[in-house]
Amino acid sequence: MLRLFKKIITTGVVTEKCKVPKEDELERLGIQIKNHIDKNFSGSITIRAVDAGSCNGCELEIHALNNPYYDIERFGIHFAASPRHADVLLVTGPVSRHMQTALLRTYEATPNPKWVVAVGDCAACGGEFGVSYASCGAVSNVIPVDVVIAGCPPTPQALMKGLLGLMKG
Amino acid sequence: MSAANWTANFLNQLTAAAISVEQFSLPSASLWQIESRHWQQFATLAVGQDVRWVAGWAEHVEGRLFINACFEKQGVYVLLRTIVNAAKPELPSQATVYPAASRSERHTQDMFGVHFTGHPDHRRWTRHQAWAKHDYPLRKDFPVQGEPETVTPPDKDYQFIKAHGEGVYEIPVGPVHAGIIEPGHFRFQAVGELILNLEERLGYVHKGIEKIAEGRTPESLARLAGRVSGDTTVGHCWAACRAMEQAAGIEIPPRAALLRGILAERERVANHLGDMGAICNDVAFIFAHMQFSRLRELWLRTNAAVFGHRLLMDRIVPGGVACDLSASACTLIKQEIVQLSKELSEIITAIDLNSSLEDRIYTAGYLAPEIAAAFGTVGYVGRASGQDRDVRRDAPYLPYDHASFKVALEDQGDVASRFWVRYKEINASLKLIKQFIAQLAAGSTLTEWQAPPAGSEALSIVEGWRGETIAYVRFDADNKIARYYPRDPSILNWPALEKLVLNNIVPDFPVCNKSLNGSYSGNDL
Repeated sequence: MLRLFKKIITTGVVTEKCKVPKEDELERLGIQIKNHIDKNFSGSITIRAVDAGSCNGCELEIHALNNPYYDIERFGIHFAASPRHADVLLVTGPVSRHMQTALLRTYEATPNPKWVVAVGDCAACGGEFGVSYASCGAVSNVIPVDVVIAGCPPTPQALMKGLLGLMKG
Repeated sequence: MSAANWTANFLNQLTAAAISVEQFSLPSASLWQIESRHWQQFATLAVGQDVRWVAGWAEHVEGRLFINACFEKQGVYVLLRTIVNAAKPELPSQATVYPAASRSERHTQDMFGVHFTGHPDHRRWTRHQAWAKHDYPLRKDFPVQGEPETVTPPDKDYQFIKAHGEGVYEIPVGPVHAGIIEPGHFRFQAVGELILNLEERLGYVHKGIEKIAEGRTPESLARLAGRVSGDTTVGHCWAACRAMEQAAGIEIPPRAALLRGILAERERVANHLGDMGAICNDVAFIFAHMQFSRLRELWLRTNAAVFGHRLLMDRIVPGGVACDLSASACTLIKQEIVQLSKELSEIITAIDLNSSLEDRIYTAGYLAPEIAAAFGTVGYVGRASGQDRDVRRDAPYLPYDHASFKVALEDQGDVASRFWVRYKEINASLKLIKQFIAQLAAGSTLTEWQAPPAGSEALSIVEGWRGETIAYVRFDADNKIARYYPRDPSILNWPALEKLVLNNIVPDFPVCNKSLNGSYSGNDL
């Protein structure tokens, strides 16, 4: 047990500073924000992540947001286990046709007001998979999208800026 | 018995059983063609010789269907093929003999309309409701766009196995899960907290990868292969590129082979670090989760700094690699390895013999060696249950043919074993990276591509971080892909999850699942 505490102390706090991004910075990162979240939400949003058909690459980077370097919870951004507790749906993947109804139901289950963030190139435009007998392509082909964070996959930094940009309103 | 012997002896056995075999040679495997009526009999004889079923797929070629199955023993691979008429494709099932073949045959049934007679389970598998029962997406006359409805209905009529009795209840989970993970459905039958049965229902992230691969150029296929499963981008990309290179008769430069080896081992380390942390997280041991995710982040940052991509996507290209290592980058990598080894040993000493961790991961999720063998499980799942298999050692390819390393092995078969196998594999990978860097000599990293003749085919087998990863490629005319089939290790490992959770408690399911960590995307294609 002493070794455990020693490791905690010697590791220290590794969390890095991150400022709320400016418009031009968002543009450089390929992040499009159509609406800013209502002032009522300023300072705290709850996210439900939905993989609607991704290759799992985006999920790995969304996971990274919770590691000690990014520690996104310090900004009041929190991941919930149910869409019923969420303000924001973070959707990845081209929407596979087999996930279309599940995504629509998740969207309906999220209380208003709500925002949808499409994460990754596939969610933005269909990416490598496009539209086919098995894929609906971009998330916006299935549910309305408010914010797009591009990248294959987007880096945790781009994800963080995109989400902070969303809260700026 | 030497490796050459089993195929020779087995061919004699087939002759004695009046099964005629036409033999061809492919890179990485022999191709044996038999009559379709002998399909099951072949499997029966093969299982008697402890030959492992590895993969199965089909291909539509001008009114005929090529049915393929791949087998392995002692690192020697045989591709078995039979040809049936596409008008009424029917042949005896191998799933009666090999449980591992079951879902694969159901996939072929859904995608090609092949009827496997005697198959123990004729329910659909990959098909949900996106296309009609008598439409077969992988037939050449099926248009890539299909005829989908505006909204694809949910797959609500799938017949799950039911359990009845006092106190027995059912828990449906998914496809949208509580965590940040891929979608799939799990149907539990439980009594109190005890799991009586688990049935997996996958296919939710089916994106038509096999179909949209058709007609691509080699570069474009490499990009797609790198997205079969995002965590295995190096593994699948390498398998696909190697298959294309073998089909085209191209040899990659030695420097490119070493760089591919470094990329693959870096991918293994990154994923194992993430998994070890996640396993600890699923038993609420946050110290380890934070430490491992910290180490993973540092590792990914080096990927970005040195190779230009955190997950190493699109670094492997047909003919070689699209990245290089400078002398200073090599130094940086070597320093990082020293630092990681030191930190890992500190963390491991701090968590080893921690009673709260031991209590949850020892004996949980036990996969018996005989079940692991029956399903042909690969990678860390197989190796944690005594399945001593590793393509890097058993069927070595560049650059592993000049490397020395020890294949990690455990035999307890529980969550803890799968944790420790990963730890041992990280150490082996770090040694391999050092060896590859030491062997790096100046030279080119890319061979010029040459279009292969139409009909050229190849099978390539590499050891991805999850285990044996396979790609089959056949070329059409004009350098275009006619068929691509990627076999993710998860296809062999997923069925084992249904077995290893039995008699565990429902709250231990997440950690059992994480310890196996199957890819949904790589399974559903």
